[in-house]
Amino acid sequence: MSSRLRGRDILHGQDDDAQSSQAQPGAALSPAQQNLTRVFEQNRHKQQKQNGAKAPEQAPEASTKGKPRLLLMGQRRSGKSSISSVVFHKLPPSETLFLESTARIQKDSMPSFMDFQVWDFPGQIDIFENPTFDIDAMFGEIGALIWVIDAQDDYMEAVARLNVTILNLQRSYPNIKIEVFIHKVDGLSDDYKLDIQRDITIRIQDELSDHGFENAPVTFHLTSIYNHSIFEAFSKVIQKLIPRLGILEAMLTNLCRTCRFEKAYLFDVLSKIYIATDSAPADMASYEICSDYIDVIIDVTEVYGGWQRSPRYRENLEGPPWNQKLEDQVATNWAESCMVLSDGNKPIMLREVDKYLALVAIMKEDSYDKMPLVNMNVEVVVQGLKDFFEITKSK
Amino acid sequence: MADMESSTSMGMTGDVRSEVKKPKKKKVLLMGKSGSGKSSMRSIIFSNYIARDTRRLGATIDIDLSHVKFLGNLTLNLWDCGGQEAFMENYLSQQRVHVFSNVGVLIYVFDIESRDVDRDMATYVSIISAMTQFSPTAKIYVLIHKMDLISLHAREAVFVDRVRLVRQKTSEFIQAAGYTAELDLIPFATSIWDQSLYKAWASIIHDLVPNLSVIESQLGSLGVLIEAEELLLFERTSFLVVSSWTSEEGQGNPTGDRQERISNILKHFKQSISRFTGTPRNAEQFTLMEHKAGSRFSMFACKFTTNTYLMVVLPPGEARFNSAKLNCQIARESFKFLDGPGPVSGQAQSLSS
Ligand SMILES: Nc1nc2c(ncn2[C@@H]2O[C@H](COP(=O)(O)OP(=O)(O)O)[C@@H](O)[C@H]2O)c(=O)[nH]1
Ligand SMILES: Nc1nc2c(ncn2[C@@H]2O[C@H](COP(=O)(O)OP(=O)(O)O)[C@@H](O)[C@H]2O)c(=O)[nH]1
Ligand SMILES: [Mg+2]
Repeated sequence: MSSRLRGRDILHGQDDDAQSSQAQPGAALSPAQQNLTRVFEQNRHKQQKQNGAKAPEQAPEASTKGKPRLLLMGQRRSGKSSISSVVFHKLPPSETLFLESTARIQKDSMPSFMDFQVWDFPGQIDIFENPTFDIDAMFGEIGALIWVIDAQDDYMEAVARLNVTILNLQRSYPNIKIEVFIHKVDGLSDDYKLDIQRDITIRIQDELSDHGFENAPVTFHLTSIYNHSIFEAFSKVIQKLIPRLGILEAMLTNLCRTCRFEKAYLFDVLSKIYIATDSAPADMASYEICSDYIDVIIDVTEVYGGWQRSPRYRENLEGPPWNQKLEDQVATNWAESCMVLSDGNKPIMLREVDKYLALVAIMKEDSYDKMPLVNMNVEVVVQGLKDFFEITKSK
Repeated sequence: MADMESSTSMGMTGDVRSEVKKPKKKKVLLMGKSGSGKSSMRSIIFSNYIARDTRRLGATIDIDLSHVKFLGNLTLNLWDCGGQEAFMENYLSQQRVHVFSNVGVLIYVFDIESRDVDRDMATYVSIISAMTQFSPTAKIYVLIHKMDLISLHAREAVFVDRVRLVRQKTSEFIQAAGYTAELDLIPFATSIWDQSLYKAWASIIHDLVPNLSVIESQLGSLGVLIEAEELLLFERTSFLVVSSWTSEEGQGNPTGDRQERISNILKHFKQSISRFTGTPRNAEQFTLMEHKAGSRFSMFACKFTTNTYLMVVLPPGEARFNSAKLNCQIARESFKFLDGPGPVSGQAQSLSS
């Protein structure tokens, strides 16, 4: 099994997730270069297929079953590819300028807690009329529809299309959550952002109530790929899709109390979207540092965990004076990290939960000495989290 | 320490002259056309800006002089010379002696996106001409910069091509001037958006660090003692790799650019911490970071001496990890000489060349 927090284990064979392009060794390439390579490849691939919107070729694979599904929609150039590249493929935001606009449904299969798909709307096509779209397959399962609106552009048409889509969905799938990302708000003044948000909200609610829908589940978020707002928005969206989120939150709140943590987040490692947190108010600053910490660990692991040491070397390490299998020399087979900040000796700790999730917490000042005890408590909660997902999955 | 001690913008005449009378420290000249990215790279390497912040830097009009203290006993005098025509002409005429004498290293920055390559080359040649006259032994680094603006598959070719042009112009000048010595150019492709910048600067700094052989041999003994795969010694503010050691097995790591990657990674994270704690970005941000990647590998990076951080990559194993941490703490003593200033320790002196 492979892990972004521990490295690839070649001995144990290939990944159980289709990691598509990420599985390449990419030995001499930097992450940025890898990203670019991937994007260029992707574009070339897209160009060959660029002939209007098509329905996805296959039904969702088995591996996406039971995962919360997110559909990303919106007009061309609204920022969908950028969002998915930045959030799910770690593309640096500035490099989204290289992305080419496409008109195709793009299904991302990736080692994430959630199932994520991007739909482009190339104008004329109306998915509700077009027979090639299997609407039931798309919306039949629980999930959220994220509609991206470019706030830096004229959004009248985008709002109109969104209205049509919501009305269509409300008739057949009233439970689908509609999440509107008012996007590219970087560079807009705070006042202007709020004005736009108010304007868009009114336009949508008026239209809906004209058609007799008063309380449609529509939520608005101000987002940008240039800061953490896009991740924050995704976190809010995904949390609505987790059954019994309250139990998860209670587990984290308890952990914070027993270990005297300031804040704990349960992250989807690939996307760095958090899917639960404790009851203390979530603030952008603590989220950012925890999410950046995951990045550091992934990056360091990519450099040192991505290659296989020689069997002879391992043999020596298992010989005297240790005389133990490497697997038995470690305290846990899951990734475990900690960092101590100079400011008040405040530690931040990370613990891998399963192949998608990791727990990251900010500890109280001067508590590094208590790490062994903390690790024991964390171990218990991690086990509880695993059980939780086992149970809710088979629901 | 790589604290920016002072950073003063000087007028074209006047103040600059007083600088000449000071003891002769080797200068590091950073030159290139205005907008080529000189101030950006200086701010990223020595003042912990991140790439995004550099968009706010004003263009350097004339000379921006900064003393950067590095590892306690090494002062870099960075002369970020504005590259606007009028000012360029000024260094090349009135201030020629002043600017170009005593140069230890010249870093010449070419903007790959420049619209007027011919003129860039002409300016470059006149700088080289001044260098051969006043500091003929200086090392010359040529940075082909902003490579991120070139699409990935074309980068290598574009870089090779531009370097060829620079070399050609250099040798044309040498022949025309009847200059006998060879000019050894060291080219790098750089961008502030990836780790290529760290690769270039680590190599520049490497040549300036005193007692390098002592540092290297002591790192080696430590590495063997604690069964490490790799040790990286960083200067504490720039996080440039000052020295490193890699075990025989560790040399099998296929990631060739890992040193600059780690510099880049840790430096970015320092930024995150500074945003989180609200402490100045040049302040010390963390004292310890450890990561145990199951039965793949372990690592820790810790505050080492006053001016350095040490990163240790180890095979997995709890006991091995703990004993390595302890040994590194003990080893601190024998690396104290890194913190200068003043004479280096006896051992260091006898070993250094
Ligand atoms: N300023 C800004 N530009 C963005 C943002 N997100 C995307 N863009 C830019 O918008 C353009 C179109 O984005 P793209 O992802 O191709 O749109 P798509 O057609 O919906 O997939 C690109 O040039 C992106 O760099 C954002 O948050 N802020
Ligand atoms: N794309 C790109 N832009 C850069 C790079 N380095 C600097 N810049 C930008 O170039 C502009 C001018 O840089 P500056 O450092 O002020 O140039 P100087 O006049 O040579 O000091 C700034 O907007 C920087 O953000 C780079 O590697 N890539
Ligand atoms: Mg400048």
